[in-house]
Amino acid sequence: MKVLIAKPGLDGHDRGAKVVAHALRDAGFEVVYSGLKRTPDEIVRAAIQEDVDVVGLSVLSGAHLLLARRVVDGLRAQDASDIAVVVGGIIPPRDVEALKQLGVRHVFPMGTPLPEIVKAFRQGQTKEPR
Amino acid sequence: MKEIKAHAGFPIAPVYGPEDVAGVEFDRDIGRPGEYPYTRGIHKHMYRERLWTMRQYVGFGTPVETNARFKYLMAHGQDALNVAFDLPTQLGLDSDDPKAEGEVGRAGMAVDTLADMEDAFAGIPLDRVSVSLTINGMAAPITAMYYAVAEKQGVAADRVVTTPQNDILKEFIARGTWIYPVDPSLRLVADLIEFSARHYPRSNPVSVCGYHIREAGCTTAQEMAYGLAIAAAYVELMLARGMAVDEFAPRISFNFTAWGKIFEEVAKFRAGRRLYARMLRERFRAVNPKSWMFRSLIGGGGSAFAMQEPENNIVRGAYIALAASLAGAQTMALPTYDEAYTIPSPKAQLIALRTMQICAEESGAADTVDPLAGSYYVEALTSAMEKRIEEELASVERMGGIVEAVRTGAIQAEVARQAYLYEQKIVSGEIPRVAVNCHVGDVPVEADRDVELYAFDPTAHAAQLARLERTRAQRDGGATRTALRRVAQAARGSENLMDPIMEAVKAYATLGEIAQAMRDVFGEHKEAVKF
Repeated sequence: MKVLIAKPGLDGHDRGAKVVAHALRDAGFEVVYSGLKRTPDEIVRAAIQEDVDVVGLSVLSGAHLLLARRVVDGLRAQDASDIAVVVGGIIPPRDVEALKQLGVRHVFPMGTPLPEIVKAFRQGQTKEPR
Repeated sequence: MKEIKAHAGFPIAPVYGPEDVAGVEFDRDIGRPGEYPYTRGIHKHMYRERLWTMRQYVGFGTPVETNARFKYLMAHGQDALNVAFDLPTQLGLDSDDPKAEGEVGRAGMAVDTLADMEDAFAGIPLDRVSVSLTINGMAAPITAMYYAVAEKQGVAADRVVTTPQNDILKEFIARGTWIYPVDPSLRLVADLIEFSARHYPRSNPVSVCGYHIREAGCTTAQEMAYGLAIAAAYVELMLARGMAVDEFAPRISFNFTAWGKIFEEVAKFRAGRRLYARMLRERFRAVNPKSWMFRSLIGGGGSAFAMQEPENNIVRGAYIALAASLAGAQTMALPTYDEAYTIPSPKAQLIALRTMQICAEESGAADTVDPLAGSYYVEALTSAMEKRIEEELASVERMGGIVEAVRTGAIQAEVARQAYLYEQKIVSGEIPRVAVNCHVGDVPVEADRDVELYAFDPTAHAAQLARLERTRAQRDGGATRTALRRVAQAARGSENLMDPIMEAVKAYATLGEIAQAMRDVFGEHKEAVKF
C-alpha cells in the first residue's frame, strides 16, 4: 500500500505528520510526504501522480473541515475517489462525525496512540468504504 | 534498579555526592547571581527585586475581539502581552487571499493593515505595557505597524518596549512560517535588528527560540544547543554589517520551554547561561556585561500536555511554572489545559495566569535566587548538560553550521528523527505519561471531553473582510502605490528595508501587498523535504 502524508493549508506544524510517516514506513508501507503548506489541488495532483492508495491529511490549525472537503471533492472530481482520505491532527470530537460525513474514511484525533494508527492502516480500515 | 535517563540521553544516578562535583570550580563555573558567567541567573536579587513578567500568548478572531481579551487578562493581573497572529498574517497573506480561506482569525488575530493594529492596542498604553509579537517571516512589517501605533499614541521611540520574535531560522527548522528563501529571510531579520537598535533602544528585536524546536521533537540539550547556534548566527550576521557586538547584543532575548524533568530543565538553563556568557565574551569579544546575559522567556510546552483527562494538564502546568522559576526566568508563559483541543478559553487562560501567580506569591519558589545551587545533583547535572550541549553544538558544526544545516534540511531531519524516537519511548513506556501510557483511566477518551471549547466565530472572517475593504477605500491610493514601489526598489538593492516598510504601513498598504512586493523580488523558499 502506498500512502501520501500531506500538510494542507498554512499550518507549519509537521511533527505529527513526520512521526506518522516514519512509523508507516517502518511498518512496510511506501510513504511519500508532501512538505508544508500544500494546497488541496496540489495534494490531489500528487495523490494521482504518485498513484497512492491513501492520503493522510495532517491539520493542526483548525481548518480541517474546509481542507478535507476540498481534497475529497478534488479527488472525486478527478474520478479518483478510490483513493481514501484520512485525517489526523487537532480534531475536536464534535468534528469527527462531520469529517466522516464529508467522505473521510478515518479520523485520528490528537492523542491517538501511534500503534493504533499503524494498525488501522494495516487492517485496511483506512480503505474501507463507508 | 531501574535505569533512568535524562531527556538529553545521559543516565541519572540514584544518589549524588561531593565526588560528582569535584570538577566544578565555584568562581569559574558558578559564581554569584548577576555576575559572569551568570550560571545562577542574570540578576543579583532576581525575584526579590522584580518578579518574572507574566505574558500569556493571546490572539484570535478580529483585532477588536483580541483587544477585549487583552484587557480581560490585564484586569486579572497580567502585566504584559504576547500577541498571536493568525496564519495568513504570519505568512503575508491578506484576509481576502484565496489561500487564507478557513484560516482567518483561526489560530491568532488577523492583521491586514495598520488600522487592525490600531484596533488591537486601542486603550492600551504602549509606554507602560511591554508587548511580544509572535511574528517571524512578517516581523519587519508587523513591527513597523507596532512602532507606527506607538507613534500615533504619542509614545516616544525610546519608551517603546516590544519583542518581535523575528527568529526565522527556527521557523525553517520547526515552526514553518517561512516565506522567502533563507538569505533574504536573514536579511529581513538583520534589517529589523539594526533599525530597532538605532531607533528603538528598548525594543528586543529578536527572540531566539529553542522552544519550537523542542516542541517539534528535539532533546533538551539540542533545544539549548540549537538556540545558542541560532543566536551566534544572528550575531555574526550583524557583525558582517559592521555593527559592534555591544550595539545590539544587550537586546537579544530568548524563548525556551521548561517542561519535562524539573531538575534537568533547571540545569539546562544554568548551563545555557554559562555557555552563552562565555560565547559572547570570549568568542565575540563583547565587553558590555548586558551582552553576556541570556535573558529568557521560559514556559510553554503544549507537548507536555495530554488530551486524556485534560484537567491533569493544570497540574503539569504548575510543575512547568515551578521549573521556570527555579531556572531563573525573566518572563513566563504557560500552555493552557485545553491546549490539545482548542485555542484557549478565557477560563483556561485565567487558570494558567493564576498558576504563575500562585507559584510567585504562595509557593516560596521566588523567595531566594537560584535556590537549587550547591545541590550535588543540580551542579553535576548542570555540568553534564553543558557537556551535552557542547556536543550538540559540535554536531551542528559538522552539518556545516546552523544556516547550512537549515538549507540542506539536515537539522529538520534530525529533529524529526528525535520526535520519532520520543514517540517510540511513549509507546514502549520508557517515558511514562500518566493517563496516557500508565495509570490509564477507564473513561474512553471520546467520552472525556468535558472541556469548554473555544467557539470559532465564522462571522469574524466577514468582519475582517469588511474592515479591509473600508481601509482600502479610505486610503490615499497614490501614496500607497508609491510606498510599495519603494519597498520593491529597496528589496532589489541592499538598503535597510525598514524605512520603506514604515512608510508603506503608514500609507495603509496591506500586509499582503508589502509581502508580495518583496516576494516578487526574493521569490519563495523551497523546502528540502526530508523525514
